Amino acid sequence: MLDFMVEGTGNMKIAVLSGKGGTGKTLVSVNLAAVSKEATYIDCDVEEANGHLFFKPQWIEKEDIAVKIPQVDKKLCDGCRNCVNFCKFNALVYVNDELKIFDEICHSCGGCILVCPQKALTEKDKIIGIIKKGISDNVTIYTGVLNTGEPSGVPIINKLLSEKNLKENKLTVIDCPPGSSCVVMESIKDADYCILVAEPTLFGVHNLKMVYQLVKLFDKPFGVVLNKCLKEDNPAEKYCLENDIKILSKIPFDNELGTLNSNGEIVANKDEKYKKIFSSLLNKLVKEVQNEAVVNP
Amino acid sequence: MKIAIPVENKSLDSNVCLSFGRAPYFLFYNVETKESNFVVNSAAAVTGGAGIKAAQTIVDNKANVLLVTQLGENAASVLKAADIKIYQAKNASVKENLDDFTDDKLSLLEKIHAGFHGRRNR
Repeated sequence: MLDFMVEGTGNMKIAVLSGKGGTGKTLVSVNLAAVSKEATYIDCDVEEANGHLFFKPQWIEKEDIAVKIPQVDKKLCDGCRNCVNFCKFNALVYVNDELKIFDEICHSCGGCILVCPQKALTEKDKIIGIIKKGISDNVTIYTGVLNTGEPSGVPIINKLLSEKNLKENKLTVIDCPPGSSCVVMESIKDADYCILVAEPTLFGVHNLKMVYQLVKLFDKPFGVVLNKCLKEDNPAEKYCLENDIKILSKIPFDNELGTLNSNGEIVANKDEKYKKIFSSLLNKLVKEVQNEAVVNP
Repeated sequence: MKIAIPVENKSLDSNVCLSFGRAPYFLFYNVETKESNFVVNSAAAVTGGAGIKAAQTIVDNKANVLLVTQLGENAASVLKAADIKIYQAKNASVKENLDDFTDDKLSLLEKIHAGFHGRRNR
């Protein structure tokens, strides 16, 4: 472990997102948490959580996450079909004088239970995944894992970002799922600041635009980290300059960095030059968030 | 016996619709009376669970047989619960398929796919 950890982050919450997978969200998130004196790292990429591979934490807690789905008491059901007609996801059918429920189609809105005049429907728990808590040096790690085949990770992310995991007076880094769908919206909604990670390609620009539009829609302060920077022209950088988007940091396309990272090492803990990249990024973020608090209190 | 077929248009010359849940109409053909009844598929434009909702329409119209080119597992489970026999339709007109069915030339549908589950809308 190297010295000079970044202090003074307060309890700021930073979300790291990108329009597609593989741009470097986890690289940035893990290393930001690592260079902070004390941090919480939350892996919201519940379909493919991988941040723990870098921290190799000692797991100390594990919790099943369940959603509520309906179950029917066939003796009470009189076949009125109010629930079938109500369900916008078409999770219920009435066949052969019996109500049939498709658990995996249900979005747990609870509406069918409300509209049932016979009180034939009640809620039951369905486990959709787990949350694990672990410790690794200065970082507390929360990881969500969605079970294979489950349609939505939102309930797990919601639980990951519950108040008790965020309230402590230290940096929180939220490693988001790729893209700009519901799971990403859920992941950034409580963030003080968003980092958009972008690749130096035309495809990278397309993906950057998606998350750029999202953070604007959510009215979040944000900046871009350009990853895998080469000597040649960088279309993502050009896009940022044209649209007056703040560039926070440029991470080089570097064989050594790539090798360390793909071996599951935290690069900032391995080499002073990488540590410098991420500690100056974190220092910049501290200032950005403080400015934001002054401008938009 | 009543035969259900997903169709592109309200005509016996119409082609069989290759999608079940998203078909614009269903034909219900009564073999005894030779009566054709075209019903709008209320599931055609729903955001999710189209196969399930469409299967409910087939069940509610009391079909005994369904001719389809392909079918998802959720729809199949609804139809099976209602004892509806599912046959493999050809990518051809409704008329041809009805003739082939009458001549015993269609076989039961063997392959049920895992469903698209809204993937077309993403």
